[in-house]
Amino acid sequence: MSLVDVRGVWKRYPGKTVLENVRLKVDEHEFVTIVGASGCGKTTFLRMLLGEVEPCQGVIEVAGERLVPEPRADRGVVFQRYSVFPHLTVLGNVLLGLEFAESRVFGRTFGRRRARDVERAEAMLDRVGLLSSASNYPSELSGGMQQRLALAQTLITEPSILLLDEPFGALDPGIRADMHGLVRELHQELGLTVFMITHDISEGFSLGSRLLVFDKPRVDPHEPDLYGATITFDLPVANHRDVDSVVDQLNVTEGV
Amino acid sequence: MRVLNRRPGNVGTAASAAMPFVLALVVYVAASGVRLAENPDDKLLPSLATIGEAVERVALVPDRRTGDYILWTDTAASLKRLLVGVAVAAAIGLAVGVPNGLLPWFGAFWSPWVRAMSMVPPLAVLPILFIVFGIGELAKVMLIVLGTAPFLMRDIEQRVRELPREQLVKAQTLDGTTWQIAVRIVLPQVLPRLLDGVRLSLGSAWLFLIAAEAIASTDGLGYRIFLVRRYLSMDVILPYVAWITLLAFLLDYALRRLNRRCFPWYGA
Repeated sequence: MSLVDVRGVWKRYPGKTVLENVRLKVDEHEFVTIVGASGCGKTTFLRMLLGEVEPCQGVIEVAGERLVPEPRADRGVVFQRYSVFPHLTVLGNVLLGLEFAESRVFGRTFGRRRARDVERAEAMLDRVGLLSSASNYPSELSGGMQQRLALAQTLITEPSILLLDEPFGALDPGIRADMHGLVRELHQELGLTVFMITHDISEGFSLGSRLLVFDKPRVDPHEPDLYGATITFDLPVANHRDVDSVVDQLNVTEGV
Repeated sequence: MRVLNRRPGNVGTAASAAMPFVLALVVYVAASGVRLAENPDDKLLPSLATIGEAVERVALVPDRRTGDYILWTDTAASLKRLLVGVAVAAAIGLAVGVPNGLLPWFGAFWSPWVRAMSMVPPLAVLPILFIVFGIGELAKVMLIVLGTAPFLMRDIEQRVRELPREQLVKAQTLDGTTWQIAVRIVLPQVLPRLLDGVRLSLGSAWLFLIAAEAIASTDGLGYRIFLVRRYLSMDVILPYVAWITLLAFLLDYALRRLNRRCFPWYGA
């Protein structure tokens, strides 16, 4: 059975259809990258998986259970911006998930328990290469370091699904390559199922095990918002070594 | 070089800032001299020496009737009212503003009410306060609370709403409960904004304090000014006004320092 099962999902807003009839089955440990023109509903789709947006029609199941329309701990997320808390130090940001789990009233741990949490958090910071910045505030970090922190913060609570919304969109190309390496390693080590939105199609090919393209199959030129987008391509990336030809093919069908 | 690119150095900055104060003093002394030369009994612009004597009388010599040092007892009474009033208003601002901004149902219920109530001119309800709470301390403190709390409630509500949606979603994916998110994410980020809000509302707090003291009080800085007005005692009024201004400045400065010290991440 697949981990994520999306069946006939629609999202309409007044006067606008964003998504129509999206169907998708994703198995555990897949690395799904999502590309598409801006405004084609890929972020809406991710927010549905997150539980932040409810579909108007259709069903999303995760691990065989219908998704509750609320963000939960089994699905971690990293956004392009604002993923870390500016008022907490790097260590405090990573500790937060542990503290939430262990102290329902104060959301804060003390004494021996805290020492154990700090140990775990430091191990995670070490894994993403941020241990030396543990006492800094996020505003003192570079963009790439902030995204490393966001990853560490999310992964400390051991989610089974990791949702990434253009996480590297604001980074320099060199830093981006480093981050690709880190995400690929974490995906392997922790057995994560990853959904990643990107507008860099080569990133989609090089990083994922499966590439989804969101596009509108029907367009009414007089009323462009009438029809919504859906998954128009679903490619197992491993079989498409010849990236250029696929990109050409996508460009011909337009929208990417 | 364009004028907009000419900048004063350190000395220039300090000198420029001091200049208007010095000028004002010079103009005052000159005008006072002219008036006193015409009429030595003129009370409108007393000389610096007369003001000095008046300051000595209120600050350093015990009052003949009560034995108090008037300036200091006035200052203590006024500051107590001001600080209690503003502290209560800040507490109300947090207690109402945070849930108003964070919880949709709470906000739907209370937010329109707060907005409507903040339109009531506080001085217009001062008679009601005197009737309800008597003319003691409570009415004066309540005026300050009524005058500043609505702004703080709305300000905090707005600040909570301005927190990026991503932060609240992220906290939920870390399994935070509503309470935990309020206590660990929202409250700490809103506190420095509350201090900023308090700084902004101190101006109106002083206004309400002095108004309340002028109308019904037996001590306080506002009371004193309005009392000696009957004798045209500009030699007391002027230093009192300067003193109030200095206190207001020091409070503002202290809050700014506090903000920077307690919340080093703020404004970064």
